[in-house]
Amino acid sequence: MNITEKILARASGRQRVSPDDVIFANVDKVMVHDVSGPGVIKVFDKLKKQGINVDKLWDPTKVWVAEDHFVPSADKVSAENIVKLSNFTKNYGIEKHFKYGMGQYGICHTLSHEEAMVLPGEVYVGGDSHTNTTGALGSFACGLGHTDVAYVLLNGKIWFKVPQTLYFKLNGKLPDHVMAKDFILKIIGDISTEGGAYKTMQFGGSGINEMSVESRLTMCNMTTEAGAKNGIVEPDQKVVDYLTSRGAKNISLVNGDADAEYEKIYEYEGSEMEPLVAKPFSPENIAIVREAPSVELDKSYIGSCTGAKYEDLEAAAKVLKGRKVKIRTEILPASISIYKRAMENGLLKIFLDAGVTVGPPTCGACCGAHMGVLAKDEICISTTNRNFPGRMGHVDSQTYLSSPLVAAASAVTGKITDPRDLK
Amino acid sequence: MKGNVIKYARDNIDTDVIIPGQYLKVHDYAELATHAMEGLDPDFHSKVKEGDFILSGRNFGCGSSREHAPIALSHSGIKAVLALSFARIFYRNAVDGAFLLPIEIDQDAYSDISEGDQIDIDIKANQINNLTKNKTYKMKPFSEIIGKIIEAGGLFKYKPD
Repeated sequence: MNITEKILARASGRQRVSPDDVIFANVDKVMVHDVSGPGVIKVFDKLKKQGINVDKLWDPTKVWVAEDHFVPSADKVSAENIVKLSNFTKNYGIEKHFKYGMGQYGICHTLSHEEAMVLPGEVYVGGDSHTNTTGALGSFACGLGHTDVAYVLLNGKIWFKVPQTLYFKLNGKLPDHVMAKDFILKIIGDISTEGGAYKTMQFGGSGINEMSVESRLTMCNMTTEAGAKNGIVEPDQKVVDYLTSRGAKNISLVNGDADAEYEKIYEYEGSEMEPLVAKPFSPENIAIVREAPSVELDKSYIGSCTGAKYEDLEAAAKVLKGRKVKIRTEILPASISIYKRAMENGLLKIFLDAGVTVGPPTCGACCGAHMGVLAKDEICISTTNRNFPGRMGHVDSQTYLSSPLVAAASAVTGKITDPRDLK
Repeated sequence: MKGNVIKYARDNIDTDVIIPGQYLKVHDYAELATHAMEGLDPDFHSKVKEGDFILSGRNFGCGSSREHAPIALSHSGIKAVLALSFARIFYRNAVDGAFLLPIEIDQDAYSDISEGDQIDIDIKANQINNLTKNKTYKMKPFSEIIGKIIEAGGLFKYKPD
């Protein structure tokens, strides 16, 4: 069995599972945020009316809560949602609630690794599609809707069809000017936004072994854009060290068997990879940066679970050091822990000196909700994950997705720019 | 199950156009319905009628896990979405929450059924009858678990064996 099959077999109490088996998997961790939480509360209200008991959660110690989409509260409705969420965690005895304005908080997927909320080998579900991110720690991490999350909160398990696995092998390191974001965009361009649908996307090979844990998180994060059920990387000592340094204990690794089977294997040569962008209006609409359209950009955005981890900010700082931005540029570290490290290591000064506005962690602008949405006809280059019509604001705005290196280089020139071409 | 078809002849209708991100804070189902399909078809809310179906291409509902998407469609009156294929979370949410039926159709049905056609979906026979054009198409049968959850009326009413 491959790693995903082994995790799901263990979680469903079976010796063995095969693709297309339908199982009920016991869940180890579950996350809700300020969008899915109120959604779950609404489901609970409906269930109560149907006479279903919702007085107790199956295990409040396995539940954690983030405030990320609409913080700082965008308006009265989102402020009410935060109050609802706080009452929910209080009433159900959930202790792990990362609150805006009270120390560590941030985007849920970023907290999943920054706070070691999820361990290798675990089944982790969350009320958000980018829950896939956390598979980079060697866990089965999958996004679900409100009804499914409500079911998990009450029953501790959920049904899955065991997915087929696509294996993406990266031979050799990526060049310095190429980031994990470029590689995952390349893959989505090759297999399409439907190419991973219902499947596992597993990443391996010497290039993935060389990658930092944060880069692997970027890879798994955007498996969602290919429609995948989960993204995963087999855990190694780097993952153990990463989690241990964040306070995790009792880590045990699950890895695939030597005779693990995959539906299809794709191979890539690290040295051949180029900086890429995804043009409007789909993450599969890929172009090499040096061949991208010569559009006048209005904004550069470095934020989100995809593109505002510490190493993403470091990459942006490398480009922005001693330079000035030519267009509106916003950098929003994905968690307070990352924000703080960026401050301690001088990154914030580099950003502010370059003319960038640095904001608090939030999903706001990435999903076109608040905190910097785009006007009609505005064009943005962004380290986020989606560029469907209206994703980051007005339905007639446009978003180009890129790595932090490219977004920072483009901020300096006002055009889509390969970092190697900066003077 | 009879109804009239609203057709969007394109692939990859994503959750950002089904219900734009700015409405994720809204959990009032009736209010969500007023913004359904706003990112693609601002007239949707005024033209949709109770019992209508949406017909579309590949990868319907791709994007986010927002349950707001099937909720907004269902509370607009949509009883089923017929598409060449579905994104997995939209499909799961539609079935597990018992909001609407996600029905996989073939190219023949997709090309042949027009906006405004009245169709009758016969789940037992895995068949779609086009009453306007007097034609019949196959639909892909639901997998065993999906069929059982639909029959039970959603995940919470489903009793695993």
